[in-house]
Amino acid sequence: MALPNNTDPKLAEYAHPERLVTTEWLAQNLGADGLVVVESDEDVLLYDTGHIPGAVKVDWHTELNDPVTRDYVDGQGFAELCGERGISRDTTVVFYGDRNNWWATYALWVFSLFGHPDVRILDGGRAKWVAEGREMTTDQTKPSPVEYPVVERDDATIRAFKDEVLAHLGLVGRGGALVDVRSPGEYSGELLHMPDYPQEGAVRGGHIPGAASVPWARAAAEDATFKPRSDLEAIYLQEQGLTADDDVVAYCRIGERSSHTWFVLTHLLGFGRVRNYDGSWTEWGNSVRVPIVQGSERGSA
Amino acid sequence: MSLPPQLAELVEDFSDVGPKDRLQLLLELSQELPELPERYAHAADTMEQVHECQSPLFLAVEVAPDDAVHLFFSAPREAPTTRGFASIMHTGLDGEPAAEVLAIPDDFYTALGLAQAVSPLRLRGMAAMLARIKNQVRSATAA
Repeated sequence: MALPNNTDPKLAEYAHPERLVTTEWLAQNLGADGLVVVESDEDVLLYDTGHIPGAVKVDWHTELNDPVTRDYVDGQGFAELCGERGISRDTTVVFYGDRNNWWATYALWVFSLFGHPDVRILDGGRAKWVAEGREMTTDQTKPSPVEYPVVERDDATIRAFKDEVLAHLGLVGRGGALVDVRSPGEYSGELLHMPDYPQEGAVRGGHIPGAASVPWARAAAEDATFKPRSDLEAIYLQEQGLTADDDVVAYCRIGERSSHTWFVLTHLLGFGRVRNYDGSWTEWGNSVRVPIVQGSERGSA
Repeated sequence: MSLPPQLAELVEDFSDVGPKDRLQLLLELSQELPELPERYAHAADTMEQVHECQSPLFLAVEVAPDDAVHLFFSAPREAPTTRGFASIMHTGLDGEPAAEVLAIPDDFYTALGLAQAVSPLRLRGMAAMLARIKNQVRSATAA
């Protein structure tokens, strides 16, 4: 049984308000049957320093990725991951995490590859929950294991691969769009890595031809919540000229910052077709003979 | 492998337990990272930033007249993994002679067995920390 939706007026403005909950809603629903709260952070130890009571941890690095191939876990691995955490197919899963829910939206996106029906983000994430002085605990959560079905991962609907992005280049401006969510220095090619993340480097700097530059964190407000719908529309629609009918591919460096933008475009602004290119710049910027544009202009292929 | 005694002990502690307990050990170490002394508390700009770490980490290295190396770290509470790495360095190296610190193999951290628990990518921050500590020790002892 899915939990009731949050009826907060700010959330109601979004295209799919059922994909978000407020801290107040979560505080009132903690412990409810059919709800599992998942913390997903950049820092693998942060959960262990204190977490929302009853929340379980999912680590993006060691648990959502395949340990050998550059890919995500398969249906079997995902079923085990969920089952161990007490998540069944009809569970309402609320994700939260550090850094404006950066990793929480990444985890939600991976859950969406397996079509988990009821996934939601805690608006404001860990930072807002802590700032409001809400309860945190270091008590270990011991979920009772449940059965989760083995579902085949759908790599066609919300995920894009390099060849598909190459084919997409001709569509840019003709019903298609590319959104580069990295920092301006990475977009122009001055930086070969994200500031402070040199281990995720590329041998060429720049961006995919035609890509709009919209750093992901522009969608987040000071308190780590998502900006209201009108502010998001001002950025993505008015300023960048995207429309909800566009076929959009978003990318960053390894596909995590762009899952945040994927969430914003899909669930908050109601775009119908948004894919996350998780190969992102660490694949494109290291590939032989793919077109690249340097500088701050979008350019074209 | 030639490791200073405290560091060798830490490596042994880590390799004696399974991946889950290694994380617990790292968490405990992160809580034991000493506060910055007064002279650095308001002088972060005099410290060196370790850009390879995923969260802001600053370090300062002093070599005392008796050749003992002293280390100072600053990392936010919300970055326990980075603090844990810094704490391994502090516990293992602080007070050791400069020559001992320079002799530590650059890949000593692989022996901690943390790759599986925290992922190799994250561990690169620790390698970078050691490299920067050695550079500072070299320039302090060359003078």
